[in-house]
Amino acid sequence: MGFKTDTIAAISTAMTNSGIGIVRISGDEAFEIIDKIYKGKKEKILSKQKSHTIHYGYIVDGEEIIDEVLVLLMKGPHSYTGEDTVEIDCHGGVFVTKKILETVLKYGARPAEPGEYTKRAFLNGRMDLSQAEAVIDVINSKNEYALKSSVNQLKGSVHKKIDEIRSEILHHTAFIETALDDPEHYDVDGYGEELETVVDKLLKKVQRLIDTADDGRIMKEGIQTVIVGKPNAGKSSLLNALIGEDRAIVTDIAGTTRDVLEENIQLQGISLNIMDTAGIRDTKDIVEKIGVDKAKSYAEEADLIIYVVDASVPLDDSDFEIINMIKNKKAVVLLNKTDLSTVINKKELKVWINKPTIEISAKHQTGIHELEDTLKEMFYHGEISFNDEVYITNARHKAALIDAYASLKKVKESIENQMPEDFFTIDLMDAYESLGSITGETIGEDLVNEIFSKFCMGK
Amino acid sequence: MKYSANSVWVNKDEYDVVVVGAGHAGCEAALATARLGLKTIVFTVSVESIALMPCNPNIGGSSKGHIVREVDALGGEMGKVIDKTFIQSKMLNKSKGPAVHSLRAQADKNKYSNTMRQVLESQQNLEIKQAEVVNILVEDGKITGVQTYSGTIYHCKALILCTGTYLKARCIYGDVSNETGPNGLQAANHLTECLKDLGIKMYRFKTGTPARIDKRSIDFSKMEEQFGDEKIIPFSFTTNREDVQIDQASCWLTYTNEKTHDIIRRNLDRSPLFSGMIEGTGPRYCPSIEDKVVKFADKDRHQVFIEPEGLNTNEMYVGGMSSSLPEDVQYEMYRSVPGLENAKIVRNAYAIEYDCIDARQLHPTLEFKNIQGLYSAGQFNGSSGYEEAAGQGIVAGINAAMKILGKEQIILDRSQAYIGVLIDDLVTKESLEPYRMMTSRAEYRLLLRQDNADQRLTKIGHDVGLISDERYEKLVEKERIIAEEIERLEHTNVGTSQEVQQLLASCNSTLLTSGSTLADLIKRPEITYEILKPIDHARTYELSEEIMEQIDINIKYDGYIKRQMKQVEQFKKLENRRIPENIDYDKVPSLRIEAVQKLKQYRPISMGQASRISGVSPADISVLLVYLGY
Repeated sequence: MGFKTDTIAAISTAMTNSGIGIVRISGDEAFEIIDKIYKGKKEKILSKQKSHTIHYGYIVDGEEIIDEVLVLLMKGPHSYTGEDTVEIDCHGGVFVTKKILETVLKYGARPAEPGEYTKRAFLNGRMDLSQAEAVIDVINSKNEYALKSSVNQLKGSVHKKIDEIRSEILHHTAFIETALDDPEHYDVDGYGEELETVVDKLLKKVQRLIDTADDGRIMKEGIQTVIVGKPNAGKSSLLNALIGEDRAIVTDIAGTTRDVLEENIQLQGISLNIMDTAGIRDTKDIVEKIGVDKAKSYAEEADLIIYVVDASVPLDDSDFEIINMIKNKKAVVLLNKTDLSTVINKKELKVWINKPTIEISAKHQTGIHELEDTLKEMFYHGEISFNDEVYITNARHKAALIDAYASLKKVKESIENQMPEDFFTIDLMDAYESLGSITGETIGEDLVNEIFSKFCMGK
Repeated sequence: MKYSANSVWVNKDEYDVVVVGAGHAGCEAALATARLGLKTIVFTVSVESIALMPCNPNIGGSSKGHIVREVDALGGEMGKVIDKTFIQSKMLNKSKGPAVHSLRAQADKNKYSNTMRQVLESQQNLEIKQAEVVNILVEDGKITGVQTYSGTIYHCKALILCTGTYLKARCIYGDVSNETGPNGLQAANHLTECLKDLGIKMYRFKTGTPARIDKRSIDFSKMEEQFGDEKIIPFSFTTNREDVQIDQASCWLTYTNEKTHDIIRRNLDRSPLFSGMIEGTGPRYCPSIEDKVVKFADKDRHQVFIEPEGLNTNEMYVGGMSSSLPEDVQYEMYRSVPGLENAKIVRNAYAIEYDCIDARQLHPTLEFKNIQGLYSAGQFNGSSGYEEAAGQGIVAGINAAMKILGKEQIILDRSQAYIGVLIDDLVTKESLEPYRMMTSRAEYRLLLRQDNADQRLTKIGHDVGLISDERYEKLVEKERIIAEEIERLEHTNVGTSQEVQQLLASCNSTLLTSGSTLADLIKRPEITYEILKPIDHARTYELSEEIMEQIDINIKYDGYIKRQMKQVEQFKKLENRRIPENIDYDKVPSLRIEAVQKLKQYRPISMGQASRISGVSPADISVLLVYLGY
């Protein structure tokens, strides 16, 4: 779906913890929405204000004040998209900006598709045809990115839960539809009662996912960080040092699809999602081959790589392979075991790899603060950043979950209102579709296939 | 090898349209073009086989009944003929919502065929010719005529292929294989080669039919009798309800059992489907009894419906037990079913294989993308069922006529008709088995009801010229009355008077605590428009049952209907964005290679159709929208 001409919203600044954050709303209802969530000094109604003016005030959700903001109003066609547009400038920070977007979505906008602003601008004649190609490229690259991130960033456990809910929905829909298509072989009378308990369960499951999305636990948010290094270089000691008592472990996610240990660590306000390629330590003999291969695939997708070098032994082939692998990535090199007698030093290492290098001892926890400072500096200088799409995708997923919840709620209403059984499946399939949009699956022939494979049709 | 006749003779009679095949698609197609004033000739391998029902003896059924009504609303014949020839009628799913109510009638097969044949024979501009068409003549990508087996050439401006299951047909059971069409009728063995020469991609599909058993050999006391509805509703919107209240024949229900299943399992190796004599899989919606036993091994019995083939025949159709097992196994298997212990088989069950096309080579108008003036409909397009055939037949007929007359062709979309869903699926999705309509295939089924087919399609039928002014005006009047009456009910208030409360109490409905509109009362499941008459004092008139039904449905399901209408609005936005025929997909920047290939292959007519092609992503659609400046 997603070719609606309704009102869209998105965060249009990078999701870093600095500067200001901008949330942009575009579409017919942009002003209607801002009226509902803006509170000015007096009883100011923004939709009645002049175009191209800026207003100071607060974004509120009912009684709750979310942030102090500046709101910029632009009436169509004199805006970037050519539609009524509202820009909310807030204090920045990932949390606040996200919260504002969510409030906007709650009051009637939907998350923008990748490249949708540009597309609308073009379609509303704000760009001429010669720019079409550029527009298409934007849409395409953003889509590719979004597609990759939306499925990749989804936690394996969440994916599994959604799949379970979907298959349950499909099964019940198929049964009802079979009975409708072949009433002489299948009887669906009184099925509402049975379905109601199923729907109640499904509603709870979806609600739990929505709550998860609220906590940011649905997506792998944060800077995707991979620790690499040859066996015994001290990777796990480093991880232990990083997640020591004074630092909070937000989540620990074992058994995701990647089958690696992931830790979410807050380092002075920066969220790191650390993946330890720990599994490779035990497979000594073939470690050079498999270990590097595995690390390679994680490193490929990572925002940041922490390369741990064992300073007590000379560099070997696997070190060189790693160096080669990470030379074009954002990386920090840690010279570990500096408490022992070292055979490599900083200067020597620089010959091979030119990345920020820090001497540490994971065991004695020296150099950890320096690492933190280095990471912080890289982050605030914009050298490393969050995967912006993750936040936007998360918002989109949440919206889809809310849609699915609403559809299931309608099924329940239909059952309670004693509607005939064929009404149930309409909303069941809507819920199925909404959930599918999260896991990147479309309906296609799912229902027809389910009917044929599970139920014996007549004739 | 393409067939070549020994002598060639050009028939100088001029025809506008040639229709090949006089089954359910061919009949509707030929009637449509002839009625639209075009000189039409319809070829059939046997005049006796016009409108033949070689499989089940019924018309309609879930979602198929909808199609019959749609054909009727467009000005077709199927509904009228079945109303004259049915011997039992049922409205299926009556306890469900109005969207899935569906009419199904048992037909007197012979009477049905004969009646349809008479309609064709008495139709102006229409000729029937018994001959096998072997060649299609094309010049510069345009149809110019056909050639028959005898070598005769018939020139025409448009050709509609409705060859059903006859192309290179082969009937099989056990190790017996006959190169015939259904019922031992002559197959059409030469046309396929010609089609392949024209670059048309062919599939080989198969289906099957059960045995017919002599009524005198059946012990009905061991079966449950199945009656028709007490009050019969006709298919055609033009048929008077009083005229169809006939004495009805019964059908009978019995069951297979473990013994039956054992017999089948023991003999599976002798089935041509399992031994590999027939390749591929059969249609999943209409499995043979051996398929059912294998696939649903946990079921200890399957229903068997014994249905009369007509009033003047002893043959009974054994619904639910189609098979291609050898003759001796058929006897053993049927005779294991209660009531059939002494069954005499008149006709054996068989599977049939036939050539059909990959319908993705067609526009949604049912015209071939690569050959102008060539249309096709029915099982030839990979569908199954009499009704699906008729639905395509009338559309192909209308469009062939529109093309010749230089008028705009019609495309029914997915929000307008089941026929629209059917054709869109056929021409857009790959199908590896005969396509059967199902109610779950229609996204907007609350709008595509059988009761409102006239409101959906009569105007289209009238615009093209198949529906008379009189019939159309009657519909407009009906719609006016419905709209005005609903409006009145929405604005008529009743209070908590004793009269009102008593009426509600008598219907076990919650009493009113404050005033309510009559429309709001109708929204209650237990209340109908008719029930409210005693408290609806302004109603001094009687409305027809059909109109009262429309009022109830529109008020009761208002919320759902409005929601689907909103969805349709969204759907139409993409549907109405046409893609120019001469678009060069290679020149669209950034379109993914897979999408380019698919779009070039399908050449969709609208953004909507493009979005339904597998392999074309939403991002590709965005790219196209931008490229086309939509």
